[in-house]
Amino acid sequence: MQYAILCYNDEAVVGAWTKEEDDACMARLGAVQEDLIKRGKLGPHGRLLPTTTATTLRKDREPPLVIDGPFAETKEQLLGFYVLDVDSLDEALDIAKALGRANPGGCYEVRPMSRFYAGA
Amino acid sequence: MTDPAWIEHALASARPQAMSALLRYFRDLDIAEEAFQEACLKALSKWPQNGPPRDPVAWLIFVGRNSAIDGVRRRSREQALPDEEQLSDLDDRETEVVERIDAADYRDDVLRLLFICCHPELPATQQIALALRIVSGLTVAQIARAFLVSESAMEQRITRAKRRVAAASTSFETPSAADRAERLAAVTTMLYLVFNEGYSAAGESDGRATLCDEAIRLTRLLLSLFRAEPELMGLLALMLLQHARTPARFAEDGTVILLDDQDRSRWRKPNIAEGLALVDKAIRHRAPGPYQVQAAIAALHARAASPADTDWAGIEQLYATLERMQPSPVITLNRAVAVSKTAGAQAALDLIMPLAEPLAGYFHFHGLRGNLLMQLGRSREARAAFDQAIALAGTAAEAAHIRAHLDRLTDV
Repeated sequence: MQYAILCYNDEAVVGAWTKEEDDACMARLGAVQEDLIKRGKLGPHGRLLPTTTATTLRKDREPPLVIDGPFAETKEQLLGFYVLDVDSLDEALDIAKALGRANPGGCYEVRPMSRFYAGA
Repeated sequence: MTDPAWIEHALASARPQAMSALLRYFRDLDIAEEAFQEACLKALSKWPQNGPPRDPVAWLIFVGRNSAIDGVRRRSREQALPDEEQLSDLDDRETEVVERIDAADYRDDVLRLLFICCHPELPATQQIALALRIVSGLTVAQIARAFLVSESAMEQRITRAKRRVAAASTSFETPSAADRAERLAAVTTMLYLVFNEGYSAAGESDGRATLCDEAIRLTRLLLSLFRAEPELMGLLALMLLQHARTPARFAEDGTVILLDDQDRSRWRKPNIAEGLALVDKAIRHRAPGPYQVQAAIAALHARAASPADTDWAGIEQLYATLERMQPSPVITLNRAVAVSKTAGAQAALDLIMPLAEPLAGYFHFHGLRGNLLMQLGRSREARAAFDQAIALAGTAAEAAHIRAHLDRLTDV
């Protein structure tokens, strides 16, 4: 069985970390991840940029609606995720629209990543 | 068990929103500040035992408001509110508060608090000091260190600024769309001033680097409240892309390292990634503005793996766009740098000659003119231009940089 872990925290607090605090946290995580890699348990993982960089595609209407900002609705739940390798936000949104046509309803939050590891 | 460092960060990051809501409630900066202080003290004693509240901002507003009201009642000899008992079942009340203070209120509250610091009668340095004290919550000592003045001088400056702001009336009604746009424009200008104050002297004192971080933090907060403002995206992107270069901007002896000579591997990659993502987002709005254009210029530099890969033609075009938006000899001077790369030193020199009068007292004008003359082999004139630049240098690092050019000229 594969599991996804979705990371939530207060980004204002995490964003207020000094570089030293941030590095220390990444080092602690790195130690745990290294162990998981050795045991062949770790898949793709990454760190997202702040929600100010997010764009949301509402695909419950035609044409879909592009909104600045992260997903903020509480009556819908997180059901899955994709990782894309693209050159621009426009390209990412085009792909999101194509996926949305195949699976209308709800929305996609499109957010750039600051770090990505393919995993072991 | 809650980590004390976590509490400290949570209090600092909740401050702008909590302070602005308390200000709306009490309409008095001193009472709002006192209320926030009280709430922080209570947080420091309660959170380690009970764990942090679900919504720290709402908790601080609720507790701050009650303790300030309590203080007022005590002073008027009325019966005090039973504070401590209230805190024990705060969870339910907290939910109520959260429901009442929705995002739209926060948004205008934070904007108002920042706008109050931008009072047009306050000189720029006082606006910045006030914002850092009230909105960011930096101590007077920290701000004094950043401005290289004594603590008592800074204390006086802030007190005077506060008095002036208190005398001015800022509306507490929900602003109209036009008011909001006006406030946003004033606030973004002030935030960029805070950033520049830190950026221009980042090599000189550690205290000033804090100003860049604060400016970025506040702009990020503002953008999270006004998510669809392309100029805010542009401003944040501009700050991040410039700030990304900080580790590469100064040599160990403090001299300036210009863009062309910087070790690009030392640029901060997460800042660049965030800045580029924001430029991408802003462009989709097709509503260009000066911050977006400047961010786009910074983005072209950030995207170039080496100086030789820089899209100078693109940069020249963007500066031309910026010149049309806000004509200024300084922008023309910047365009001239791009022109020197695409069309050569003579073309650039021709472009900046008409600027000699308006920019007579501007360090960078003489620096660039000296540089272009040097490239054209006109050493004697170059030396004269560099001498003028040194006389106008604002920091030791700037002067040292020009002296290095002079040394090279003597070698020839």
